[in-house]
Amino acid sequence: MSVAENIEHGHGHAAELSPFQQHHFATAQQQNEASKIGMWLFLVTEVLLFGGLFVGYGLSHAKFPEAWKSAHHHLQRELGALNTVVLLVSSFTMVMAVQAAKLNRRKQLIGNLWVTIICACIFLVVKYFEYSHKYHEGLLPFKAFYSYQGPQVPGEFHFFSFYFMMTGLHGFHILGGIAVLLWVLKRSYAGDFTSAYYTPVDLIGLYWHLVDLIWIYLFPLLYLIS
Amino acid sequence: MADVLHHQIHAASDHREVDYLSDGRGIRDWLYTVDHKRIGVMYLFFIILSFFVGGMLALAIRLELLYPGRTIMDAETYNRVFTLHGAVMVFLFIIPSIPAALGNFVLPLMLGAKDVAFPKLNLASFYIYCLGATMMIGAIISGGVDTGWTFYTPYSTSTNGAVTLTAMGVFTLGFSSIFTGINFIATIHKLRAPGMGWFEMPLFVWGIYSTSVIQVLATPVIGITMVLLGLERAFGIGIFDPRIGGDPVLFQHFFWFYSHPAVYIMILPGMAIISEVIPTFSHRTIFGYRGIAFSSVAIALVSFIVWGHHMFTSGQSQLINAVFSFLTFLVGIPSGIKVFNWVATMYKGRITLKAPMLFAISFLLLFTIGGLTGLFLGSLSIDIHLHDTYFVVAHFHYVMMGGTVIAFLAGLHYWWPKMFGRMYNERLAAISCALIFVGFNTTFLTQFVLGSRGMPRRYYNYLDQFQQLHMYSTFGSWILGAGFFLMAGYLLASLRGPKNAPMDPWGGTTLEWQTQSPPITHNFHDVPVLKHAPYDYRNIPQGEA
Repeated sequence: MSVAENIEHGHGHAAELSPFQQHHFATAQQQNEASKIGMWLFLVTEVLLFGGLFVGYGLSHAKFPEAWKSAHHHLQRELGALNTVVLLVSSFTMVMAVQAAKLNRRKQLIGNLWVTIICACIFLVVKYFEYSHKYHEGLLPFKAFYSYQGPQVPGEFHFFSFYFMMTGLHGFHILGGIAVLLWVLKRSYAGDFTSAYYTPVDLIGLYWHLVDLIWIYLFPLLYLIS
Repeated sequence: MADVLHHQIHAASDHREVDYLSDGRGIRDWLYTVDHKRIGVMYLFFIILSFFVGGMLALAIRLELLYPGRTIMDAETYNRVFTLHGAVMVFLFIIPSIPAALGNFVLPLMLGAKDVAFPKLNLASFYIYCLGATMMIGAIISGGVDTGWTFYTPYSTSTNGAVTLTAMGVFTLGFSSIFTGINFIATIHKLRAPGMGWFEMPLFVWGIYSTSVIQVLATPVIGITMVLLGLERAFGIGIFDPRIGGDPVLFQHFFWFYSHPAVYIMILPGMAIISEVIPTFSHRTIFGYRGIAFSSVAIALVSFIVWGHHMFTSGQSQLINAVFSFLTFLVGIPSGIKVFNWVATMYKGRITLKAPMLFAISFLLLFTIGGLTGLFLGSLSIDIHLHDTYFVVAHFHYVMMGGTVIAFLAGLHYWWPKMFGRMYNERLAAISCALIFVGFNTTFLTQFVLGSRGMPRRYYNYLDQFQQLHMYSTFGSWILGAGFFLMAGYLLASLRGPKNAPMDPWGGTTLEWQTQSPPITHNFHDVPVLKHAPYDYRNIPQGEA
């Protein structure tokens, strides 16, 4: 952080001349700080949005412990573990991308963004295989769709309701993240980001870490119950 | 300072510059605007429209209840009408009313800023509001909802009404609310004028800040709850529906975890307006600035730990009931601090009874009644008797309408000259205020009596013994309606006149009064520098209008 501050101060004049500074901010730094506050608040709302599902998960799990234990064996924990590693790698490259933007290293920024996006896509592909496997077995969410015929404990569809709702909502966040990352990538090619202005890279970084963090909680809660 | 101000006022009255209303008159100039003032005015228009719709539904409800049995509509329709009245008033009117309409307009001006921190997000939040409102209107057209605005399960998972569409409307409106909250918090943190510390901010800003914190922290929970309700209805998750292993009381917990704090999303901005109007029209420094500022924050925090008091009769444990009851009484402390501070501000002040002040004094009386009757309902043993009766209806109307709506009207009259540059007819405003005050009390004071005698809320039919009180209540609603129609008349009439409002018609000290009425597009020519604390009236003339 101290490195970044030094650079910001060093380029004080460049900061004032940034073409991306909006008219109602006095300085680029003020704009960056306001944007960061906005992003952190948005992340708080995301935590609370998922919070509702986590509470529902906890209560339902407490109500049907046997069904949840038996149902979670249908998940492939190797694939879950693989996805955890993939997301952790993408978080690392995201940090590297932010750092590269701060240090004016455009090529490094572009490269790291690409790796992050590719990891996100790998995550979704793995998720696709997991989902289609469940689909073929009839292990679907909700009373209306659940049609698994094999041996089971009553109430297993509760587990799959929460499995699909939680990973589904998370998956939508990954998709949204990819869309924004592509936009940031496009602007990086255009050379918009310098040490004087890299707010969008910073913000998508914050978002991406939260999406990873949520998965870090989802993985043990869903795949590692027993 | 005074000389400079006088000079500016005279300069402004001689020569008016192009203001934000005249700066681009095309429809596109409005639809694509990122100017917080225009967005505030657009919000104001739709919010007043929603209030009109909700108000007409309320008049229909009161008319139906004039006599027992059928008066003008059947029971099925009645259920839909009171549900729509509640949903429209809560989600489309009260929650966005003060923050999104008046707050959007005034907050950046009070801070001496050119705009809110994220102007585009502000416009997006307006359009999301419109989208959510459209979904709710769609729900009305496609058959309506008969669950009450609370959507309690298991009824809401089994009724045939358009619950899912309404729930999606609430979900969408939540995003609008969240974006406004995020915007205001970032604005207050980062765009204060040079020299304005946290304790030099006007108290309106403290109130809006506390409101925004609740909007950001509570609204996502109602969002996910509405999604879960929709999925439960459509496909069966097994979370709320007891037939497939769900828990209907869990819905109540989720719902009130948002909706109780939402009550403070409604009242805190009202208190914020009163904290501006009372010192200005008492021409006296606010008593206990920090007490009022911190009590707003305290109310915001306590609001998150009292939701269980809506569920005393739902079968939750006695221990939990006792804890929630105790916590509920805590809300009385910061609310009391505010009321005493406002009264102390008026003491030995030089009070001018202009329209905003009349509304503010009405607020003090009505809010105090609403607040104190809340303590009745927070007491466990008394609540068993009063739960789900008209006493509850009267209580929350005293807070929501006697509190928030009256405060909204105080704010509307206070900032009307600033927003539109015109003065309204002061005498008609006083008459309208009197009609509303009398009509309101006639309508709802009787409902306290009805409730304590056992009249249940939401019932279509009732025993003959209640007819007389119901009749008074209905008469009251007509007086109330007359007051509002009169107000619509003189406010709209004022818009036809020339822009005659001076820069500071009331002798206010906060920064919004130090620019032209209506303000120029960029609010101020130069970044204003704060030279004295807010509510320092020593050098301010007592208003010109």
